[in-house]
Amino acid sequence: MAKNDRFDPSLSGFIEHDHNNDGIDRRGFLKCMAWAGTGALCVIEGGILKSYALGSQKGSAIRSHKTASFSFVQISDSHMGFNKPANPDVIATLKAAVDKINALPDQPDFILHTGDVSHLSKPSEFENVDQILKATNKEIFFVPGEHDVLNDDGAMFRERYGKNSKGQGWYSLDKNGVHFIGLVNVMNLKAGGLGTLGQEQLAWLEDDVRHLTSSTPIVVFAHIPLWTVYPQWGWGTDDSTQALSYLKRFGSVTVLNGHIHQSMQKVEGNITFHTAFSTAFPQPTPGAPEGPGPMKAPAEQLRSVLGITHVNYVQGRHALAVVDSSLV
Amino acid sequence: MKRRLFICSFAMATQLFFAATLVLQPARAGSEDAKSSPTEVRVDNFTFSPETLTVPVNNAVTWVNKDDVPHVIASNDGLFKSKALDTDDKYSYTFTKAGSYSYYCSVHPKMVGKIVVQ
Repeated sequence: MAKNDRFDPSLSGFIEHDHNNDGIDRRGFLKCMAWAGTGALCVIEGGILKSYALGSQKGSAIRSHKTASFSFVQISDSHMGFNKPANPDVIATLKAAVDKINALPDQPDFILHTGDVSHLSKPSEFENVDQILKATNKEIFFVPGEHDVLNDDGAMFRERYGKNSKGQGWYSLDKNGVHFIGLVNVMNLKAGGLGTLGQEQLAWLEDDVRHLTSSTPIVVFAHIPLWTVYPQWGWGTDDSTQALSYLKRFGSVTVLNGHIHQSMQKVEGNITFHTAFSTAFPQPTPGAPEGPGPMKAPAEQLRSVLGITHVNYVQGRHALAVVDSSLV
Repeated sequence: MKRRLFICSFAMATQLFFAATLVLQPARAGSEDAKSSPTEVRVDNFTFSPETLTVPVNNAVTWVNKDDVPHVIASNDGLFKSKALDTDDKYSYTFTKAGSYSYYCSVHPKMVGKIVVQ
């Protein structure tokens, strides 16, 4: 019997937030959750999150900003191989995500995939995803989810996607003056714990950012959220605080995660956290009584709770505009 | 005493067999006793049920995954670990020594359970 088949239609559609707040030093932070039927636009300027309806005047102006230095797309949780009622055809929805990317008016320079590429770490699942994503004609950077490293501690994943990575698959790269850091927090998990980065990776991270000037925009991407979304369901990373402490001196830090199959944002000081939709199936909101498993939405509404994330970087403003779009 | 030793070594061999092959089959016990009293832990909605299970020595414990996502059964001290169990997959392990064995899902480590062997 399918579980988690409760679906609240009020969660779809659009939620608009405009946080004209001084939130820079505020630990209590701003949070906006957008189950974006039509898309929410979140603009990060100097550590303050402002969200607009995509249809609003300012939202449209920012979205179509012609001076953007570059942009990229984040996709996540394609779960190739999943075939349960929450989505019996994850191939079709991943193809829809590719169509969405290819239809973007401002074409992204590259793509980040934040893990759970596969459902069961099978070579055929990775192969299917690669074949489908080829249609984007874009360079793609991956970090693993826990579903990608099930039986071999990620050896096959690194062979396919992480040949130049360090340790268990982490790496960094520079694009147009922005420093991108791909982290791995899905291995060596301890009983009762959350996601884990581990000492070796933390030491590497500290060293990796040491040479950078504080004005360098930073984008961190990893599978499990690097902020504590809901620890009871394991939606957080045990040693993320230490990792983020190395990034405190930077003016603009954007952290992109997947894993929870829903769009969520949080701003804390200079760091903006964002989780992406899945392209495969939605999961319930934190603490929902049905638990964290795949959530069955009515077939006609499934694509409104799946999606992609388009991130625009505007040089000189240190602003990254994060736009979630559903697959509808 | 000799006979007991024999049984013990047979059980250990069985244990090694299970550990080496990571059997994803219904419980195959190492003794007639175990066959007559199967014990099962259901993995359902990201929890082990029962969370604590008490079994006699030399009893096979079988975990069955009823979730839509894979789980991996792993003892905290590394004694046993299943391969990834997809929906309805099973994993069995025979406990040959009395004691308390804590385990978790190495994919979703918030999922924890315990087998008490008496």
